[in-house]
Amino acid sequence: MTEAIEALKRAGNIAAINDLIPYARAVGLEAITDDRGLVTVLRFREGNIGNNLIRAIHGGVIGALLEQAAILHLIEQTEITVVPKIVNLSVDYLRPCLAADTFARGRVIKQGRRIANVRAEAWQADPERPVAAAHAHFLIG
Amino acid sequence: MDAVCPIVGDPSTTSVWSFAVSPLKQPPDIPRIVEVFERIPHCRALGMKVVELRYGQGFMTVPYDPALVGNPTTGVVHGGVITALLDTLCGLVVMASIPQRTALATLDLRIDYLHPATPHVAIMGSAECYKVTDSIAFVRGLAYQETFRDPVATCAGTFMLGATGFTAEAAQVRAEPAGEGMGP
Repeated sequence: MTEAIEALKRAGNIAAINDLIPYARAVGLEAITDDRGLVTVLRFREGNIGNNLIRAIHGGVIGALLEQAAILHLIEQTEITVVPKIVNLSVDYLRPCLAADTFARGRVIKQGRRIANVRAEAWQADPERPVAAAHAHFLIG
Repeated sequence: MDAVCPIVGDPSTTSVWSFAVSPLKQPPDIPRIVEVFERIPHCRALGMKVVELRYGQGFMTVPYDPALVGNPTTGVVHGGVITALLDTLCGLVVMASIPQRTALATLDLRIDYLHPATPHVAIMGSAECYKVTDSIAFVRGLAYQETFRDPVATCAGTFMLGATGFTAEAAQVRAEPAGEGMGP
């Protein structure tokens, strides 16, 4: 498995790394590329609803999207070839995340020898109106 | 294995954090809160179950499922499972600590992953609402497997009470073309 991830990373195929993760398939996480680079997508699925009243997506899956975006961007932007281990994750919920596809982009703020600090932001229709933002630390060494 | 984490016990003697909420005029309807929880699609998809929910405290489980693995090399579940468990549990505990029918929105949730969860073992969650103000509720919790003395993760969250973007009326407004009632 480690070799598979290494080979995919060398080939620049982050989407295929995402697809190796069972949880990603279970909730509908995908990695795509737009004109600004890598985007992690949480496809809308009825099973991701966390609030029946306003039909909002569960905060836990939004946290997972931001964590996944942080992980994939970390793999893309650094030399690491293993799935980084998460140390902590802090999610700010900014707006109701409604029944539609949700997108996220991660940014490595600081990469140390053993720890990386990554930020991620999620949006739906308009990237200027984020629905959630997170910062996280990962063990990479 | 400890059957029940002491956080779920008599708050006056076993609580880790002091819970200073005055008795409510309209006490929460706990069976109704659990009923609402049981209809949440994502909680059903993950197989979450409420073990106990009472005023200010709650205890929940989520089973191990190979389909929810986040690290295919080790078989450890994705952090999203723990985030969903703790977010749900903290929300339920807040609902069980405030007057009936108050709209609720998670403001933030911070999770520290103390060690990877052991594959093939269920994860339990325990949480406590330790302060409620007019507009904010403060919650802490932990996720563990064999014993609460060795948590997989700890969390701290804040919830906004009376969140206008999270009511049935707001959903109605959004459904109409000019709907812009976003934000807590």
